[in-house]
Amino acid sequence: MKIMLNKVEKKFVIEELKKYKNPEASVVESLKFVQKRLRWISLDVMNEISRIISVPVSKIESIATFYNHIFRKPVGKNIVKYCDGVVCYINGYKKIKNVISKHLKIKPGQTTKDNKFTLIPICCLGNCNNSPTIMINENLFSNVNITSSIDILERIK
Amino acid sequence: MNNYFHKNEETHPLTWRINNYKESVSIGEYENKRGYLALKFALKNLSPNEVISIVKDSKLKGRGGGGFLTGEKWNLIPKKKNSCEDIYLLCNADEMEPGTYKDRFLMERLPHLLLEGIILSAYAIQASFSYIFLREEYYLSKTLLEKSILEAKKKKYIGKNILNSGFNLEIFIHTGAGRYICGEETALINSLEGKRPNPRTKPPFPSQSGLWNKPTCVNNVETLSNIPAIILNGSKWYKNISKNDDTGTKLMGFSGKVKKPGIWELPFGIKAREILEDYAGGMKDGYYLKAWLPGGSGTGILTESYLDISMDFKSVYLAGSRLGTGISIAIDNEINIVSLLFNIETFFARESCGWCTPCREGLPWSLKILQDLKNKIGKPGDIEMLEKICKNLDVGKTFCAFAPGAVSPLYNAIKYFREEFENGIDFNGPNIKNKIFGIQSNNLNSI
Ligand code: SF4
Ligand code: FES
Repeated sequence: MKIMLNKVEKKFVIEELKKYKNPEASVVESLKFVQKRLRWISLDVMNEISRIISVPVSKIESIATFYNHIFRKPVGKNIVKYCDGVVCYINGYKKIKNVISKHLKIKPGQTTKDNKFTLIPICCLGNCNNSPTIMINENLFSNVNITSSIDILERIK
Repeated sequence: MNNYFHKNEETHPLTWRINNYKESVSIGEYENKRGYLALKFALKNLSPNEVISIVKDSKLKGRGGGGFLTGEKWNLIPKKKNSCEDIYLLCNADEMEPGTYKDRFLMERLPHLLLEGIILSAYAIQASFSYIFLREEYYLSKTLLEKSILEAKKKKYIGKNILNSGFNLEIFIHTGAGRYICGEETALINSLEGKRPNPRTKPPFPSQSGLWNKPTCVNNVETLSNIPAIILNGSKWYKNISKNDDTGTKLMGFSGKVKKPGIWELPFGIKAREILEDYAGGMKDGYYLKAWLPGGSGTGILTESYLDISMDFKSVYLAGSRLGTGISIAIDNEINIVSLLFNIETFFARESCGWCTPCREGLPWSLKILQDLKNKIGKPGDIEMLEKICKNLDVGKTFCAFAPGAVSPLYNAIKYFREEFENGIDFNGPNIKNKIFGIQSNNLNSI
C-alpha cells in the first residue's frame, strides 16, 4: 500500500512554499513535518511532495539523503539519541550507550523488534555542562547515569 | 566574593538580566530592564549608517568562531537603493560544535535580547527579512523564540512599519535537519535555499550575492546579542569593559571533569586558569588537568602549561590554537589522548560534507590510523602519515575551514603527546611499508 500525505500535511506543504522564494527551500521543513507522523520518508512521500511543489523528486532525494534527521528507512516510535560529543566522551557516554543498547537489545542504528525504540548517536546537544546527555524524541535528559537512563527508558510508552 | 559574580548592566551586557530561577526572561521582565530601549532609540535617532558606524567603532568581533569584525561585515552590504530590493540578515543558530552550549543558553534564557539584536542589525543593513537558522535539536529554543516573536510582533517591534519608523522586518525560524556544515555561512545559505549544503565558492561573497542571489549577512547568536547594549551605551563603554584589544565580553566556560561546569560572561583577557579555578571550581577531586581545548572540538589541544594565556583571539592564536567558540573543555588525566582524538575525528569524518577530496578521504583515513593506534596495532610510519594528513587538510588546502578545524586538535595532540601515539605502535607486527615501497600500509585492507 502506498503511504500518502493526509490533508493537513498537504496543506502544510503548500503553506511552507509561501515562506520562501523558491520551492526547494521548503523541502526540509515539509519532509520533517510529514516525518512526524509517518516516522520516515518513503519514495512515495517524496513523489507526492514533488508533485505538489513541482520540484523533481531527484532533487528532493538529494536533500533528504544529506541530513541526519530525515530517515529513509522506517524507525521506531521513540528515537533515543545518546550524545557522543567530546565532553560526553570524557564523562563516559560509552557506559550509557552500552547499558541502553543492552537493555533494548539493539545496536546503534537499529530498531527494537516491537518498533518502540530506535537508538542513534547524536553529536553534542549543547548540554555539555550537564553531561552525559541523552535525548528521547524532543526531551533532553541531563547528567544521566547507568541507572537513571534505564529508568527513563522504562517510563516511556 | 569575586566581583564578576555581581552582574550589572555595565559589566555584563549579555547576562545581567538573567534571573536566578533558570527561566527564560519574559518580554515584560526584559522591557522593565531596559529591553527594546536600544531599538526605540535607534529607530528614532540614528540612521542605519550611524548604527553601522557605532558597531564598527566598537570593534565587536564575530562570536561564532571566525572573529571577523561585525561592523566591517555589515559595511560590505551594498546600500539599499530602493525599498523593494531584498537584503537578508541570517542568524546562525546552528550550534553543533562539540563542547559548545553558549547559543542555546542565550536563546533559552534571553530570547528577546537576541530578537532585539536581530532587529537592530537588520535595520543597520536595511534587511527586510531575517531567518534564524536554528539547530533541529534545540526544541526548547524554538518554542521560546516562536513565542517571543509573536510577543514582539504584538508590540510592533517586528512587522510592518516598526514603531512608526517606516522600517519593515519579518523574522522567520528555519530549523535545520542535522548537519554541522550548515554552520558554515555559505553552506547555511545553500541549505536555506533547499540545495545540498556544500559551501560555496567565494567570490562572490554573500554580502554581494547570498541568499537568492541577494546581499546577505550571516551573524552568530552571541554576536547579535551584543548589539543592543552597544547601541544603548556606546562603543567607548564597550571597548572599556574588556581587558585588552578584543572588545566587550565573551561567554566563556569550562566543561569536562570540573567541579562546576558552566558558562559565564567574562571580559576578554581573563586567564584560562582563572575561569577553570575561580568559576568552574577546579578539577573534580581525584582528577588533574592534562590538556584542554580552548574553544570547542575544532580548536588545537593545549597542555596544562598554557592555562595562563589570556583568553582572546590573538593570544590563543599565538599559543598555537584558536579561541573558537570560547567554551573550553578540560581533559583529565584518565583520558587517553589517542582515544580522545579518535572521538573528535569520528565527529569530523561523519560531518564532512564530502565536497573536496582531502577532507572526504583524509578524515576517514586518519580515523583508521587512530583506531589502530588505539588498539595498539599501529604500524611504524603511522604517526608520520597522520602528520601528513594534517598538513594536507590545513588552511588553504581545502574548500572551506571545516578541514583545518578538524585536524587542528590532532596536529597539536601529536605535537604534545607523541609518546601516547607511539605507544600504539606494534613494532613487531607486519609492516607492509617495508615490502611495497611508496605505499602507505593503511591503504591496504589486509596484509
Ligand atoms: S573542507 Fe570538508 S566540509 Fe569543507 S567543503 Fe571540503 S569536504 Fe566539505
Ligand atoms: S558533548 Fe554531549 S552535550 Fe555537548
